Amino acid sequence: MNFDERKDLLGLKDLSKEEIELILDTAVPMKDVIRREIKKVPALRGKGMITVFYENSTRTRTSFELAGKYLSADTSNLAVSTSSVQKGESLKDTIKTIEMMGPDILVMRHSMSGAPHYVARNTTMRVINAGDGTNEHPTQALLDMFSIRERKGTLEGLKVAIVGDILHSRVARSNIYGLSKFGCEVRVVGPSTLMPPEIERLGVKQYFDLKEGISGVDVINVLRIQRERQRTGLFPSLDEYAELYMLRPEHLKFAGDDAIVLHPGPMNRGIEISTELAESPNTLVNEQVANGVAVRMALLFLMMGGRKDEIAA
Amino acid sequence: MRLLLRGGRVVDPANRINTVTCVLVEDGRIAAIGDIPGEESADSGTNVIDCSGKIVCPGFIDLHAHLREPGYEYKEDILTGSRAAAAGGFTTVCAMPNTNPVVDNGAVAGYVARRAREVGIVNVLPIGSITKGQDGEELSEMAELVQAGCVAVSDDGKPVMRSDIMRHALDYARMFDIPVLSHCEDINLSRDGQMHEGFRSTIYGLQGIPAEAEEIMVSRDVMLAKLTGGRLHICHVSTIESLKIIQRAKAEGVRITCEATPHHLTLTDEAVGSYDADTKVNPPLRSEEHVAALREAVASGLVDCIATDHAPHHVESKDCEYGAAAFGISGLETAVALIMDRLVNTGALQLCTAIALLTTRPAKILGIDKGTLTPGSPADITVIDPDEVRTVDPRRFYSKGKNTPYKGVQLRGWPWMTIVDGRIVFKEGIVTEMKL
Repeated sequence: MNFDERKDLLGLKDLSKEEIELILDTAVPMKDVIRREIKKVPALRGKGMITVFYENSTRTRTSFELAGKYLSADTSNLAVSTSSVQKGESLKDTIKTIEMMGPDILVMRHSMSGAPHYVARNTTMRVINAGDGTNEHPTQALLDMFSIRERKGTLEGLKVAIVGDILHSRVARSNIYGLSKFGCEVRVVGPSTLMPPEIERLGVKQYFDLKEGISGVDVINVLRIQRERQRTGLFPSLDEYAELYMLRPEHLKFAGDDAIVLHPGPMNRGIEISTELAESPNTLVNEQVANGVAVRMALLFLMMGGRKDEIAA
Repeated sequence: MRLLLRGGRVVDPANRINTVTCVLVEDGRIAAIGDIPGEESADSGTNVIDCSGKIVCPGFIDLHAHLREPGYEYKEDILTGSRAAAAGGFTTVCAMPNTNPVVDNGAVAGYVARRAREVGIVNVLPIGSITKGQDGEELSEMAELVQAGCVAVSDDGKPVMRSDIMRHALDYARMFDIPVLSHCEDINLSRDGQMHEGFRSTIYGLQGIPAEAEEIMVSRDVMLAKLTGGRLHICHVSTIESLKIIQRAKAEGVRITCEATPHHLTLTDEAVGSYDADTKVNPPLRSEEHVAALREAVASGLVDCIATDHAPHHVESKDCEYGAAAFGISGLETAVALIMDRLVNTGALQLCTAIALLTTRPAKILGIDKGTLTPGSPADITVIDPDEVRTVDPRRFYSKGKNTPYKGVQLRGWPWMTIVDGRIVFKEGIVTEMKL
């Protein structure tokens, strides 16, 4: 099993369970590499990777960049705010320009859903979606799944509640697609105005009540609430949101034993998660960041033709 | 100059003709329908065209097209739009007023009409705007627009959000007996929307436009038409509830008509999953149940006519991110083939009903003396080859707008010849122009 047939990674929607498992399994030895004294393996020597982010991000971009560097790829970043995009260049032209400079992999984030799909059709580079609009954020979901599996030993049959703005969340969608393939019971919890239409057709159950939604779950994935959503009239105030949905330590008694809490960051402490819970040992926020590098290393490695057993050596 | 169309199946809904016979054209007018003796056609001055195996109908009328001139000639102009119409089997097209400047006064309307006559390929009838600058605030000077040749008013592309202005528009338009063509969209509900709201907008991660954005405005406009007695025409109707509201309004005697586009009849929102911006259109492609209801309403006669909503765009507005792309489909050159292939050939729609939806029905809405083969009327004729199989290739479009979600799709049943005022303007794939 390898990624030879797959040019791009645009989402988890179309990825098989086996492909996801391969990435997660490959990330295990990658995590060891990060812990070594000399954090460098020659796997991607002579390969080029560029990150192009049309939307602000610190951790995802840095995570990809370090993942590439630890694998000896030459990495570069196109800073969109200083590029010719500001001069009105089309996405197609920008991508062509980058392609002509020769990188093998393009890691892209864009505020519009489907932009990486459009780019993938128009370039020979392999495209990794680092988040597109309100569609998918596959590597975030992969690192969430890796973190869950590492702590729980398995993904099979777990109960996972995703709490927050499901409507606008690409993290929620990718997690739903990914976790569903492992037989997880996925619940979405949040205000009714932040639920996507007909979301239950994806096989998830929706809850408006936090306590009810997290009752008996193994994992709670808390989403960041975008402050600007309030202004579009979707909910009355951040105060009321926090009152109804801020996850606090006392909530964990409703969840299952040893329930863990995830957050894709950056956190709004005091809005979707309380400071006390953010710093609790049940909360994997920091581990998620570390795992993110490992998962992205695994993905880059596999997409550039690597085999799982090569890296352990 | 005589033209004899011999041996085709003549379908003329207005005169209840549906039989294999001949059509004789003299001096730009229909001279006779019926069996014309062989010796008469042997006359050297007669151009005899063998139409056996073809369908001969009154020239098709599209009451909703965007020809973009003046102001957006990079998208389309009256010349290329007229060629596209001829190639698509349309002998008459109505040009929507969302140009730059907007067709909100007699001078601009006169320009469109004059330019169309200069081009001289098909009949182009201007539509004036409901409000000045299409701003939705003050009525355009309708008497002047009608004087300059406008056959209807519309702010298409934008709804008239103010109910008081729409009320006055429907009321005022009564004096000229012209229809008000309403683009029904509550922009507060549709804001930032990219596609039909539903399960697919959830899985494609695109902001949805709820069906209610259309339905609320259809409902409002019906009430205003009832209040004023004005003639209301609903553009590009696309949802189940809109159809129900229209059905009820018709039953109550409200003066209301509506149109459906070929794309809303033949594509669902599933097509958006490719993120190909050629599928981006307003109103958006709907889900299966809406499409099924619309097809049924077309077959039952609830929908009054088929209109293309031909919306050509420059490649830069479509070859980009879905969210950044313009709304609209270039439709003139695929409309007839889509109706033939997807509706007539599949048995969803009778041929003579389809022809009526493209001829007598739009003519009646516009109040124009067209859409029939009645002897004495202008010889606007469309001939269809029901057996021609062709793959849609936008590079071969006469329109500047190559934006079609049907590229690469094979269809059976294409316009074969288009005749305007007795002149052949299109034949076997080629637009044959008059002087320019």
